[in-house]
Amino acid sequence: MTLRLDQLPFRTPATVTAIDWARLSEVDARRLRNLGFDEGVGIESLHGAPFGRDPLAVRIGRMTVAMRRAQAQAITVEKNAA
Amino acid sequence: MTSIPLVAVVGNPNAGKSALFNMLTGARQKVGNYPGVTVERKSGRVFLPDGRPIELVDLPGAYSLDPSSPDEEVTRDVVLGKQEGERLPDALLLVLDATNLDNHLRFALQLIALGLPTVVALNMVDLARRDGLEIDPQVLERELGVPVVSTVAVRRRGTDELREAISEAVTAARLVRPGTGTAESFTTVQRRAREIARAAIVGETVVRRTTHLIDSVALHPVAGPIIFGLIMFFMFQAVFAWSAVPADWIDGRVGDLQGAIAAALPEGLLRSLLVDGVVAGVGAVIVFLPQILILFLFILLLEATGYMVRAAFLMDRLMARVGLSGHAFIPLLSSFACAVPGIMATRTIEDPKHRLTTILIAPLMTCSARLPVYAIIIGAFIPERAVAGAFGLQGLVLFGLYVIGIIGALVAALFLRLSVTRGTHRGFLLEMPKYQLPQLRDIVLGLWQRALIFLKRAGTIILVSTILLWVLLSVPQPRPGETALESSIAGKVASGLEVVVRPIGFNHEIALALIPAMAAREVAVSALATAYAIDADDETAAEQPLKERLRGRWSLPTALAFLAWFVFAPQCLSTIAVTRRETNGWKWPAFMLGYLFTLAWLAAGATYWTATALGL
Repeated sequence: MTLRLDQLPFRTPATVTAIDWARLSEVDARRLRNLGFDEGVGIESLHGAPFGRDPLAVRIGRMTVAMRRAQAQAITVEKNAA
Repeated sequence: MTSIPLVAVVGNPNAGKSALFNMLTGARQKVGNYPGVTVERKSGRVFLPDGRPIELVDLPGAYSLDPSSPDEEVTRDVVLGKQEGERLPDALLLVLDATNLDNHLRFALQLIALGLPTVVALNMVDLARRDGLEIDPQVLERELGVPVVSTVAVRRRGTDELREAISEAVTAARLVRPGTGTAESFTTVQRRAREIARAAIVGETVVRRTTHLIDSVALHPVAGPIIFGLIMFFMFQAVFAWSAVPADWIDGRVGDLQGAIAAALPEGLLRSLLVDGVVAGVGAVIVFLPQILILFLFILLLEATGYMVRAAFLMDRLMARVGLSGHAFIPLLSSFACAVPGIMATRTIEDPKHRLTTILIAPLMTCSARLPVYAIIIGAFIPERAVAGAFGLQGLVLFGLYVIGIIGALVAALFLRLSVTRGTHRGFLLEMPKYQLPQLRDIVLGLWQRALIFLKRAGTIILVSTILLWVLLSVPQPRPGETALESSIAGKVASGLEVVVRPIGFNHEIALALIPAMAAREVAVSALATAYAIDADDETAAEQPLKERLRGRWSLPTALAFLAWFVFAPQCLSTIAVTRRETNGWKWPAFMLGYLFTLAWLAAGATYWTATALGL
């Protein structure tokens, strides 16, 4: 089952299946690549900021990254088999 | 040329690069700037095991050779030998975070492909173990084709092996011709990096990550903001509480020095210059060194522990409301100490419009240079009275001035983002580093460098402007029946300015003080002191403290208007200079001067008219 990263429940390990680079601004796309976002990488939504749970703290690979929900919408993930 | 070999320290942000650099160089560091950009150049001398010296330069952290900020551009240009003011390094010291190999290896592969002799420091191996990771450095060495040394920068582990390896790399440097880098696509390099990481990690036990546990509390929807508020409260409380004793001590020594000079020199011009001009002027500023250092101590601690990025995370939503992002929080917090390092810290904001907006509002944060002005006016005009049982009225007024500055900045940001800095994306992407215990060595070095910058400022800009004002106030000497404030050059200029500031309740002396205060706000205090001292009719009046003299000559509405003025007025040469450098031209500093002076005039005017109407 695939879903968007912003819809992924907290603390549910998943894997990136697709990134819609065209949805992102050039700056955001470059930064995401630099932070290691790529198909096949393990991902997990860890925390949401107070007042609306936006931005999100997301684990990507072994790194934690802060990102807004608007950016997370461009990333499609698949929950890992339990 | 027989220049000593240059070795560049490169790596991702948060790889522990600076800690490693500090460990290798110790206090033998030089901090400068690359020409044309405000990116800091930190270098230091290191002696190799055979006694040869090398120059080690700490390059800004970068994620790849595809830069997304001015800092990362410098890093790319240096390793490609294209950076003005820096020669091509003879060798690279590549710092990898052992807990984050997948990501850091990509940049490593790009750098190694450049063909310069390279040594890899596999840093933070202790933290990797804490996370349950077992890494085989030999696998890395084989896959990367360069020597790999395991280090724990914060505990000096691996230093000797590292020096040895650098020594060999530098020797080899004479034999190699640098290549041109890799032609492979970013994704190919990225995937190769992940493969190498997978091969090098020979053991992985699942453990509860410390960072994750702390974040569950620090980023908690309820506890998070409360903790953030408490930290901010404690920090500002400490800035005032802890600085009282050292500030009084400095104040006392300044007084002693004035007394000693007064006793040693005969009455006359030189004595007046030294006592009223130089010592009073510079002394009035140095008194604030303790406050600045305490504030920077907190900022350095917040950064070193990794909490600063969490604060940016918590603040992102609020900043988004005014068209900025959590990124802007870090430079704005630094601006409470001084707008200059604050504006320099905006370099990490990659969105140019966000960055420009942050630069333009940074001077609205109440910097420490305003404190001398606020302190003297509040002390003279606001009675020390308890309000609602617990709070002092003076403290409340000071707090109010901070709040007005912050609200002013947020409102200004909102308007700027809707007008002159409109547009571009609304993203927020930031690596959240692991929590770490701060290292005494790194904090002490950071504070020491801040103190030097501040003292240099006091010794140059403030000294020069104080002397200049004293001279302009002293020539020509008044003829009988005239006062210095009327006859002197400064007095004449002030009379011109007075026309503009008279409607907002400012008198001739204030107009006079505002001119040298263009150099730095705190000069307003010493300028008022100088103006009233030079014009004192007799000895007793001259010895009256400034507070007493102000109380006799200013009305309460004037004093309040003066405070309101300084919340907004961009009176600081260093800020204007750094804005010009950061924005590459005079357009934005001119804009900043225009909008902030307009706000200052309106705020002071509104305060004066309201206070007068209320009959204060």
